[in-house]
Amino acid sequence: MDLETLYREERPRALATLIRLLRDFDLAEDTLQEAFAAAVEQWPRAGVPANPCAWLVSTARHKAIDRLRRDRNFAAKQAEIAYLSETTSAPDPLDETFADDLLRLIFTCCHPALALEAQVALTLKTLCGLSVEEIARAFLVPPPTMAQRLVRAKGKILRAHIPYEVPGGDRVTERLDGVLRVVYLVFNEGYAATSGDALVRRELCTEGIRLGRLIVGLLPRVSEAAGLLALMLLQDSRRSARVDAEGELVTLEDQDRSQWDRAQIAEGEALAEEAVRRGGAGFYAIQAAIASLHAHAARAEETDWPQIAALYSLLLRLHPSPVVALNHAAAVAMGERLERGLRLVEQIEASGALSGYHLLPAAKADILRRLGRREDAAVAYERALELVTQEAERRYLRRRLREVAP
Amino acid sequence: MKYLLLIYESEQASAGLSEAEQGKIFEEYMTYTKGIKKSGNYIGGEALQPISDATTVRVKNGKTLTTDGPFAETREQLGGFYLVEAKDLDEAIKLAAGIPASRTGSIEVRPIMPTPPID
Repeated sequence: MDLETLYREERPRALATLIRLLRDFDLAEDTLQEAFAAAVEQWPRAGVPANPCAWLVSTARHKAIDRLRRDRNFAAKQAEIAYLSETTSAPDPLDETFADDLLRLIFTCCHPALALEAQVALTLKTLCGLSVEEIARAFLVPPPTMAQRLVRAKGKILRAHIPYEVPGGDRVTERLDGVLRVVYLVFNEGYAATSGDALVRRELCTEGIRLGRLIVGLLPRVSEAAGLLALMLLQDSRRSARVDAEGELVTLEDQDRSQWDRAQIAEGEALAEEAVRRGGAGFYAIQAAIASLHAHAARAEETDWPQIAALYSLLLRLHPSPVVALNHAAAVAMGERLERGLRLVEQIEASGALSGYHLLPAAKADILRRLGRREDAAVAYERALELVTQEAERRYLRRRLREVAP
Repeated sequence: MKYLLLIYESEQASAGLSEAEQGKIFEEYMTYTKGIKKSGNYIGGEALQPISDATTVRVKNGKTLTTDGPFAETREQLGGFYLVEAKDLDEAIKLAAGIPASRTGSIEVRPIMPTPPID
């Protein structure tokens, strides 16, 4: 394994422990960088140490002490140096300690007292090691704005004393929901957008999955964590089939299924199955089970729509939302119960909850088209076109409109 | 670590409560205050008179200017505060969530800036 890869793997754990020891995000990041520079110089000659993570932490910690000593405000830093020198000369080499620190870091980065966008930025910066420029590019904000966002978040952690710990007792489930939301947001930012830099988007998906694996590794018995990882793997498995050679969006129904990543599907299916079987399946695990059913069908016509509709109905009971209701209605319609699906869509339409959401008239239009009601379908496609903002989706809707237009 | 818990509530809504309801809320505050005194978190706390009694003061070019009313007109008004000692923000949030007004209004949690002691 080359040093870059090794560093990438060890970095989050080493950083998590360093932040606990140094109580300073920036100092930890800087000195870990220096420790890695020292490793690049020493390891090829002396060999990679038995525990590279412990080596990096210990080296970075010494560099931090040196740095504080060099600091002009030596007197003011005395207490801190004394504290640092006291905390055992080498960190506990047990992997368990590193794992605990990693969880502490995850929960701190995703602390609900931080703005959601700051949680996402901090997670990408510290846990994924993305640069400020990379994160700024991914979220289409100027790098100074992103840098400011990170400074502000780290400042709040320090000054408001956001604890560096895994929340205890009943709060852990609630807080884990927040963590998973951040991870899914990272993934979706890469997956849902069809404009922007393709490489950056790809990276966000990869990082989302990487974070998902990290959390499943740390909390192997949490169904929702496994469910989220499964969901991301299954969605991502269709990545290359979602867009055709001309950059046009291809719907699930029309995708070339031979392009789906079979290895990723197998991994996602196994995780989803386990999450559902273990019980406690929630928002992510149920969606993963739905994605599994899609992945399972060799051809679109073989999709088990009744089962998918049943899962959406379960999801709707657990997490009622108009968007889930719309998905449920669409699944019912696809299961050959077109009239019933249409009635459900019309109910949501009447509630006014999704007015302004282009997928509502789009779903209605698709059902009407299948029912052979071409004129009504055209009206609904036109309505969807008024509301859609994404270019690829607009082209898709225009294409459908041409099909039904007289 | 010290935190100031600022209690914001709609004065209009509070004024519309019956005497019995107001009495019940007063009881809740007494219970809450006793609780955080016992747990050692309490440093201080007061309830404020309504904003109709507020005066805002500014000094411009050495001249004191006063205006009737609060600094800013907001939907919810500062109605009182607690100064508490908490281990970290999580504990401060837990204390804030115990204040009766957290259900009807909102509590702003502000860490106190450490400053050197003044003799």
